[in-house]
Amino acid sequence: MGLLQPLKGDTGGQIMLAVLALIAILVPILNLLVPEGNPLHVSTFTVTLLGKYLTYALLAVAVDLVWGYLGILSLGHGAFFALGGYAMGMYLMRQIGDRGVYGDPLLPDFMVFLDWQQLPWFWQGFDQFWYAALMILLVPGLLAFVFGWLAFRSRVTGVYLSIITQALTYALMLAFFRNEMGFGGNNGLTDFKDLLGFDLQADSTRIGLFLASALALALGYWACRWIVTSKLGRVAVAVRDAESRVRFIGYRVDRVKLAIWTFSAVLAGVAGALYVPQVGIINPGEFSPLNSIELVVWVAIGGRATLYGAVIGAVLVNYGKTVFTGVFPEAWLFVLGGLFVLVTVFLPAGIAGLLKTLRRRSGSETIQEASA
Amino acid sequence: MSRFGFGGSGSVGVMMLGLSLLLVTAASSAASSQGADHLAPSSAIDIRVAQLTDTSFKIKEAAAQAIAETGAETGDPRAIPLLKALLVGDLYYRKVDDRIVYVAPAGNSSWALTDALSGEALGDVGRRDLRKITVNNRMRSALRASIAALTLASPDPQLRLKAAREMIGSDDPVVISAVRAQLAVEDDKPVADALALVVAIADLKQPEADSRLTAIEVLHGNLYPEAHNALNALLGSEEDVAVRAATKAALDAIDRKRQLNGSIETLFFGLSLGSVLVLAAIGLAITFGVMGVINMAHGELIMIGAYTTYLVQQLMPGLTEWSLLVAVPAAFLVSGAFGVAIERTVIRFLYGRPLETLLATFGISLILQQLVRTTISAQNVVVQNPSWMSGSLQLNPGLALTYNRLYILLFALIVFALLLLVLKRTALGLQVRAVSQNRAMARAMGVHSARVDALTFGLGAGIAGVAGVALSQLTNVGPNMGQAYIIDSFMVVVFGGVGNLWGTLVAGMTLGVANKLMEPWAGAVLAKILVLVFIILFIQKRPRGLFPQRGRAAAD
Amino acid sequence: MISIPSFKPLLLSAGIALGLTASLSGFAEDAAPAADQADDETIKVGVLHSLSGTMAISETTLKDTVLMLIEEQNEKGGVLGKKLEAVVVDPASDWPLFAEKARGLIEQDKVAAVFGCWTSVSRKSVLPVFEELNGLLFYPVQYEGEESSKNVFYTGAAPNQQAIPAVDYLKDELGVERWVLAGTDYVYPRTTNKILEAYLKQNGVAEEDIMINYTPFGHSDWQSIVADIKKFGSEGKKTAVVSTINGDANVPFYKELGNQGISAEDIPVIAFSVGEEELSGIDTGPLVGHLAAWNYFMSVPTDENDTFIETWHAFIEDPKRVTNDPMEAHKIGFDLWVQAVEKAGTTDTDAVENAIIGLTTSNLSGGTAKMLPNHHITKPVLIGEIQDDGQFAIVYQTEEEVPGDAWSDYLEGSKDLIGDWTDPINCGNYNTQTKKCLGAEQAAE
Repeated sequence: MGLLQPLKGDTGGQIMLAVLALIAILVPILNLLVPEGNPLHVSTFTVTLLGKYLTYALLAVAVDLVWGYLGILSLGHGAFFALGGYAMGMYLMRQIGDRGVYGDPLLPDFMVFLDWQQLPWFWQGFDQFWYAALMILLVPGLLAFVFGWLAFRSRVTGVYLSIITQALTYALMLAFFRNEMGFGGNNGLTDFKDLLGFDLQADSTRIGLFLASALALALGYWACRWIVTSKLGRVAVAVRDAESRVRFIGYRVDRVKLAIWTFSAVLAGVAGALYVPQVGIINPGEFSPLNSIELVVWVAIGGRATLYGAVIGAVLVNYGKTVFTGVFPEAWLFVLGGLFVLVTVFLPAGIAGLLKTLRRRSGSETIQEASA
Repeated sequence: MSRFGFGGSGSVGVMMLGLSLLLVTAASSAASSQGADHLAPSSAIDIRVAQLTDTSFKIKEAAAQAIAETGAETGDPRAIPLLKALLVGDLYYRKVDDRIVYVAPAGNSSWALTDALSGEALGDVGRRDLRKITVNNRMRSALRASIAALTLASPDPQLRLKAAREMIGSDDPVVISAVRAQLAVEDDKPVADALALVVAIADLKQPEADSRLTAIEVLHGNLYPEAHNALNALLGSEEDVAVRAATKAALDAIDRKRQLNGSIETLFFGLSLGSVLVLAAIGLAITFGVMGVINMAHGELIMIGAYTTYLVQQLMPGLTEWSLLVAVPAAFLVSGAFGVAIERTVIRFLYGRPLETLLATFGISLILQQLVRTTISAQNVVVQNPSWMSGSLQLNPGLALTYNRLYILLFALIVFALLLLVLKRTALGLQVRAVSQNRAMARAMGVHSARVDALTFGLGAGIAGVAGVALSQLTNVGPNMGQAYIIDSFMVVVFGGVGNLWGTLVAGMTLGVANKLMEPWAGAVLAKILVLVFIILFIQKRPRGLFPQRGRAAAD
Repeated sequence: MISIPSFKPLLLSAGIALGLTASLSGFAEDAAPAADQADDETIKVGVLHSLSGTMAISETTLKDTVLMLIEEQNEKGGVLGKKLEAVVVDPASDWPLFAEKARGLIEQDKVAAVFGCWTSVSRKSVLPVFEELNGLLFYPVQYEGEESSKNVFYTGAAPNQQAIPAVDYLKDELGVERWVLAGTDYVYPRTTNKILEAYLKQNGVAEEDIMINYTPFGHSDWQSIVADIKKFGSEGKKTAVVSTINGDANVPFYKELGNQGISAEDIPVIAFSVGEEELSGIDTGPLVGHLAAWNYFMSVPTDENDTFIETWHAFIEDPKRVTNDPMEAHKIGFDLWVQAVEKAGTTDTDAVENAIIGLTTSNLSGGTAKMLPNHHITKPVLIGEIQDDGQFAIVYQTEEEVPGDAWSDYLEGSKDLIGDWTDPINCGNYNTQTKKCLGAEQAAE
């Protein structure tokens, strides 16, 4: 009973989670049990694609948590996502072992390639999954904590904060591009073989990863709802709307911000960690500031401060990208760019807002309004 | 122009030998060649010239060498123009009969031919009937040296200077004695200095310590790298204590000067990088700083300015020298028009929602990029540099400031000053400031705020376009060029303090110089990372940038 | 009170879920509308080149090249009596998207072969996909080597087909004794420079006569680095720059060289990534005499090349467009693939792979390109000097074609490795010392 508390009144979220649950049940069945060639068959390609969208959705939820409820427009969340991804990538790299092209039992291929003699210290331990899992949470979390601690304490706000988050991810991108850093430079980490002993190319592993992503999204969503419906969340909204007043009342604004900000970064890191084995590569391009901007756009299109809107936005934009880059390879940027402009101008509350309005118009008063 | 040593390598050695032969003959025939008896046709040259049509560079090189030698021997005045045309690639041959010709454009895609040897006019032909005589690097070096040798006694001091400079660092005794002979009669100071330098470097190898000392005296503090190299070599082998000390002192003097040069150079590099940052950011300082619009399409407005430069050059072929002067106002207007259009169609619906302007303009930036890809090309386009933008200003033999950077630095300052003037001294500027400080009050006072918004955004966009003209002279003009500047521009504006133009100027210059100071020891990438980290930390210290805005406007 | 989700939204969500799944499972048909009825009549060829993003500058040309080749082949009657059909997608310079698109092409569109990729990272990103789904990729760009996959055919140059002959030319013909190895910081320059450094040292070049410099992608401020090169080159010995600077960064680099007065006679720069296409974005006046090493130049004086250029101009409807080395590589790859399919009588991947080894086609520069057992091809090495019209004057050409070497002999980790996809070895990274096939293939057994 207490478990459902955070979802109270969140009709959109309930529908979203129900859809998620149904997809999570249907897709594996349609993929594994329905034979290929049957029109109902869902190909592994689609499964992986869906899994990727789900990790993006989780990332978008993390962004919406800080943007929608805390008022921090992060233009650097891609950094936390990528760091989580790199931590997972390092684990996957170590799993390759002597199956790399040079057959070196310890060093990943790119290190042999560059004549490195031994494993750098920060690669130690990544052969253990528990350690990698810890790092997936710890590295983005710690970076966010230090960054947030500095920024919130000195009351950096608004666009200044946005721009320095952008500087953060930009600096990390440049750093990871350097081959001396020991993360594979521009090529990043790739050619993964298996995860926890499961072959990454097997359909069953892909289904497993898809389900893990769905579960992570559901849990992440639930946790975010839990935060925003808790007292902490209500203070956060107050901070978003009138920071000085909250401070004068006696709340430690910087601590509220720091807690939520750090949690959001950890969530982004988890999303990144699930993303990497599904797409098969992590490279510094993920740190690109443009990526971070784009993911803010997903949230805006879905509808800010609704959480489920972020999920809708992420899935929709990326589905659109997949379709358009195939169908209109030469013109899809017009479509995408146009969509961004139109949504911002005509749908300031995003698709979630549109849905709300439609529902209100259709007069279904029986459904409770979302309180957020 | 060339200030690099030729010592040592095998191929160059061969060239030097040829050069010395040339000098002997050039010196002996200098008088007669000035005596204008160019009527005696030299059949030797004719044969050699015919060999230039060969495909083998070795044969062509030998032929060119022979032409130079024959020219020197006989004083044939056709030799130098031939060699010069060959050097710059102006020599062609007619395919039908392999006749060597000079060409001049004669109307539409036809070319007027002149026989390179007889000077006879051969009528007009199409491009396809001609083939260019190509030269390679080796030949170019050899040709340059040959021309220098032939012009060492030229009546034109400029040519003599060029020739003398070409010989710096030579240790060929024949060359040196020719240079000595010329030095004795030389009355032009710069030429004499250059010749003295050639002699001095050679004299470092004299057996008598006194001669060496005198030579060292000449080279004391001399910034030509050849001087430094020769002194360095001497220091390694010298046994005489006094000479050693003098060499050491001379080298120290050079090093001191070099250090000073190095500092000036780094400062210039930094300011120049800074000026690029300022130019790119200053339009943003208006749209973002004054209007509060987070304009992600700013980079694309810069790109549009650069493409305007390209189009202007396409529309006025042959007038490259003047094209930039036309391009600057054109780019201002074109980008400005785009800016006004963006403001009227999208941004005006978003005032009061600054973060959403980011999203909409991000969409616009994608559209503009793809627009350029589809309408012009996905490839980069060529923007020509006018000749006054090429080359460098030689302050001393060890320090040269490139013209393009110099002009762009000046240009950035001029644009900045003009913008300041517009904002501080014009009615529009007053209205802009009024609207940005208190929109409601400004409207109450009768300011037509919608018009002001459009014009302000147009102004910021126009300046971005002007920046595009400058950047087209430095880097690629392609659909992606805007993205390279957008992030840096935001950093500069935020570091300087949003809403403060002076802040943008100081921030841009500071970041540029800081970057260049760090680059030598940190490398280009690490320097940039350190600058970013510095900005992050600096914002912690001063959350509103270098020059924070005060008062009410700053509160939101 | 806890709101148990009311019945209505539950119904709604079931509807959405079903709709979504249905639309996704039907996605295959949507994306390739002609899939069913066209299957028997056409052979599909995937084109995986970025049409947007940073790599669009280089890759759009290659997309057009493949389309041209397909059109040409169809005019000749197609392959195996069927028409070829191009499936063009845009991976948008986004590396994970490359993998996704590759999977889509093979799994959903069922293409017979894919022509694509430019950067190493895009190739690395799609490699596991091609190996998993047993697809065919023709990769047309010069690269760092150290790879030989069963499913990839490398029609661009390996380092031994570009870098080493170029250095030999500078050393022997121009008497260069001091070397600046300048590159963009990614794997191709890193590897090439490692190979060159080892090679130069073997040839007696001292440590202090080699300067190595790396810059980030798209580096635009070259002032300090060019000044450093100038200093390095003014110390008495003949100096040359070996440039592995990538695409976009070249324009500002060459402009800076010209402005700081470094001419090709003073310090020649030989580039491995600068071709006609890159030069078409530069005013080449100040660059005359700088060099590039490739396996093809547009200025190659052969009839085949003239025909190729004419066809290209007619196809692209712009007589000003240039041709370049990766375009030739695609042409060679395409020719070989068509031959292999005809020989095998099927587009089946394994059959084509077996059939293609040993096949030959003519280079545009004369001579023949032969597909080797390591999936690389033989290529002539050409060195050209930049002319003021943006073309190259060829100053050197190897007498014979050089066979592409997948694994460099100058790198510690790979000197004993070879790739051989014929029986009995059938391995991309076979260690000739231990007589073992390393890595993934071993594990797969």
